[in-house]
Amino acid sequence: MSLFDEGYKSLQERLHNKDLSVTDLVKEAYAQIQAQDEHIQAFLTLNEEDALETAKDLDNERGQAPEALFGLPIGIKDNIVTKGLRTTCASKFLENFIPLHDATVVDRIKKQKGVIIGKLNMDEFAMGSSNENSGFQVTRNPWDLERVPGGSSGGSAAAVASGMVPFALGSDTGGSIRQPAAFCGVVGMKPTYGRVSRFGLVAFASSLDQIGPFTRTVEDNAHLLTAISGLDAYDSTSADIDVPDFTKALTGEVKGLKIAVPKEYLGEGISEGVKEAVKKALSTLESLGAVVEEVSLPHSKYALATYYLLASSEASANLARFDGVRYGVRAEAENLLDMYKKSRSQGFGPEVKRRIMLGTFALSSGYYDAYYKKAQKVRTLIKRDFEKVFEKYDVVIGPTTPTTAFKIGEKMDDPLTMYANDILTIPVNLAGVPAISVPCGLSDGLPVGLQIIGKPFAEETVYRTAHAYEQAANLNLRPNLEGVGRA
Amino acid sequence: MNFETIIGLEVHVELKTKSKIFCGCSTEFGAPPNTHTCPICLGHPGVLPVLNKEAVEFAMRAAMALNCEIATDTKFDRKNYFYPDNPKAYQISQYDQPIGRNGYIEIEVGGKKKRIGITRLHLEEDAGKLTHVEDGSLVDFNRVGTPLIEIVSEPDIRTPEEAYAYLEKLKAIMQYTGVSDCKMEEGSLRCDANLSLRPYGQEEFGTKTELKNLNSFSFVQKGLEYEQERQARVLLSGGIIQQETRRFDEATKTTILMRVKEGSEDYRYFPEPDLVKLHIDDAWKEKVRVQIPELPDARKARYINELGLPAYDADVLTQVKAMADFFEATIAAGADAKQASNWLMGEVNGYLNAENLDITDIPMTPEALAKLIALIEKGTISSKIAKKVFKELMKNGGDPEQIVKEKGLVQISDEGALREIILPILDANEQSIIDYKNGKDRALGFLVGEVMKKTRGQANPPMVNKIILEEIAKR
Amino acid sequence: MARITKAQVEHVAELARLSFSEEEIGAFTKDLADIIDFAEQLNELDTDGIEETTHVLEMSNVLREDIVRESISREEALKNAPDQRDGQVKVPKIIES
Repeated sequence: MSLFDEGYKSLQERLHNKDLSVTDLVKEAYAQIQAQDEHIQAFLTLNEEDALETAKDLDNERGQAPEALFGLPIGIKDNIVTKGLRTTCASKFLENFIPLHDATVVDRIKKQKGVIIGKLNMDEFAMGSSNENSGFQVTRNPWDLERVPGGSSGGSAAAVASGMVPFALGSDTGGSIRQPAAFCGVVGMKPTYGRVSRFGLVAFASSLDQIGPFTRTVEDNAHLLTAISGLDAYDSTSADIDVPDFTKALTGEVKGLKIAVPKEYLGEGISEGVKEAVKKALSTLESLGAVVEEVSLPHSKYALATYYLLASSEASANLARFDGVRYGVRAEAENLLDMYKKSRSQGFGPEVKRRIMLGTFALSSGYYDAYYKKAQKVRTLIKRDFEKVFEKYDVVIGPTTPTTAFKIGEKMDDPLTMYANDILTIPVNLAGVPAISVPCGLSDGLPVGLQIIGKPFAEETVYRTAHAYEQAANLNLRPNLEGVGRA
Repeated sequence: MNFETIIGLEVHVELKTKSKIFCGCSTEFGAPPNTHTCPICLGHPGVLPVLNKEAVEFAMRAAMALNCEIATDTKFDRKNYFYPDNPKAYQISQYDQPIGRNGYIEIEVGGKKKRIGITRLHLEEDAGKLTHVEDGSLVDFNRVGTPLIEIVSEPDIRTPEEAYAYLEKLKAIMQYTGVSDCKMEEGSLRCDANLSLRPYGQEEFGTKTELKNLNSFSFVQKGLEYEQERQARVLLSGGIIQQETRRFDEATKTTILMRVKEGSEDYRYFPEPDLVKLHIDDAWKEKVRVQIPELPDARKARYINELGLPAYDADVLTQVKAMADFFEATIAAGADAKQASNWLMGEVNGYLNAENLDITDIPMTPEALAKLIALIEKGTISSKIAKKVFKELMKNGGDPEQIVKEKGLVQISDEGALREIILPILDANEQSIIDYKNGKDRALGFLVGEVMKKTRGQANPPMVNKIILEEIAKR
Repeated sequence: MARITKAQVEHVAELARLSFSEEEIGAFTKDLADIIDFAEQLNELDTDGIEETTHVLEMSNVLREDIVRESISREEALKNAPDQRDGQVKVPKIIES
């Protein structure tokens, strides 16, 4: 049992009653990390000295009305910059990079007195669905150390699932929060595009990226999202829209809620175990008074190709700044051109290079119209599919992933097979709508995720649905961590 | 075979906003290297651009002053290329939806007026400054992110002289709108030129070459003159023109091959996802339009029509806005328009050119100039003395009346006082009187000179003349 | 069936400032061809008259006032630089092709 099984409300109450100190919480995090991370390999950099300093200050402080994240230990995916704390994006290129500024979300966490525990492993530059593309280490799924935790926010999901931290931030471009959340049996939320500032998130695909929380419960998740959301003057694409307290939406009421289940999401390619768990979850929701109907999102099958063209194109430009001039790896070279080529070829892993090549190709002269521009038009069609369904329905529900966590090394040979992991999550990013993954059961002992998709800026509805289901199903899934040296 | 020269000019103008286009760093010129940067303009991981409103309005102002159509919907695009002075390895620019289009400038060359079309005007960010050294290059990122407008002319220019006139006019208009200082020495105005030749009567353009490193308007003209000759020589000897980029060499006044352009660079333009689009409605356009001050042509017309100045004067005075402003302030302080014009075009401009200064650099105020002119009109000082006072004003400023008093320069116009000075001089120079009476007019000049020497130039010359002649007649 | 040639792959690598071994070029040529093939399916869709989606949010005119903010010090600016001289970042010789 970990202290972090309790949830933020209980923890903060205990802090308030002086039953617990912030130092206790922070020390618990490092103790859990010490005991387990040798096996799980979730963290790339720890912030121990600084965190304990902060904990000490907070313990001396403890005012009357503590801030929303007061004393809570939080892990940060390593593509979110933290001032003075090494940030690598799990790439050799940035192995020694120390940012000069904090991401807006980090700044908000600090202002609300959260404690930053360390930086979490990921697929290099967020490109991957298994965490196997990290330039440094492979994170393992706490449910089965031979299996992947998912990606690209694999470290964040594994850290929360194994109880090393109660909260973590990840990023999601094509499913990178939701898919690892599903594989690791935790709650992962990708908010509406524009809900959370991207300033400080190392860009992968600018028009698709969003930062979001990993937690054990829906309530914790809603709390953290509330704390980090909101308009940011430093992000031109952040939405000027009010941020309600998302935890207030957790009423448990879903009577009359209209749920759409796209037939394309329960078709072939989805494993039987996953289908079964999802269908059971839908029954539960029906028993609570929700109405479930089948719909069609006809352009779903084109989402994968659309995504890979658009994301790779934007990424090829976003990653061009890694040129060895001002920071990062710089290889020995006689002239500038060689310096560029050697530095980049040395610093980047194969998947990153593959996507840069694809993106550069799709944007290049003679191909732009056929690939990039075409994909942008198909994106409009996919977005419209959702708009149409949302005219009549409140949420769209289906499985988060086609299968449960696969074995390490299983899918590394063929990129297209790896990409297929994201077919259920990608359309959501293309449409820019919010979506959460909540655990909905086990299949062969491995967690299955239920994806709940909402209308733009309707995180409240998404959370309400997820919470109602979570409470009714009462699964409380926990991995068996005896083999992992659990404290 | 007779060739027609086709010239197009691409001018980059730095907008004088206080902060950069996408971040809050200062744009002030001349700071020590890398002291005006931040993670955003350095292209660090995890940064985003936010557009400076003033840069947009300055661009609109410039486009309107150049008679362009202002786009109602416009956006930014990424121009992708690797270079050390380009931190993100893409420049945020505008590709297919520039903020201004289809404008023109009117120039006058050899008394003939001509309209040069402007294809487009767009907004973009500047790059850093690269200095080449023995074993590599050094980069100063201060300049990265300074807002620029790129102004592309139609290939309507037909002579290097017209090119010069275009640049002068463009600079004047930009200065008048207040969007830029347009100082080539500071890099706030840069120019690249394209030149091609075609036989008269042919419709197709010939192959053009691009000229770079043109660091003054006069070098632009010289560079084009040389290139015109060079291309003609090549064609006449049966050769063909390669599509090249050529560097203007200041020492030899020639153009030297830099690189051959094998097809254009693939910049892979695509819409900038980190910036949302701009929608410029009529209200916004109007708000900017009313902010545009009177432009040079309109000002020139007013000087001719309302102030009665000759066209030549009006032209010279309105070339630089600060000069025109000085002129108007001088007449506002009471001076006669033509007098003020003469002084500014003559003595003032002469001094500025000799000392390599701008009108904004001198301590003399328009009020002082007006007073100086008044002192001459009143007869308090002669024109010659005025020039002395003028020099003092240009060097150290001050009040002309004060200076005249302090230096005791008041013109002696009192007949009695003058006669007292003149009589002894005539007594001492009897031979000159005799010479004059014998027809040597120079002798009179000598005598006047002696009086001027005695009075340190303060004697009223016409009066001196009159009195001397009167006295000679008496003798 | 989109055929990507080795020459095309080399050209793209040049644009992206990446260098590959012969073996890698071969692997990339195949990978890219497969992905492009897969992307060809988008041509099944008629997108005439469909607007491109560059931004999912209907936003426009996000601007900031022209106010100067403090810059970082030169020391900080150069902190991560691999090579510097006289307060500037230094790079190897640029050879114009």
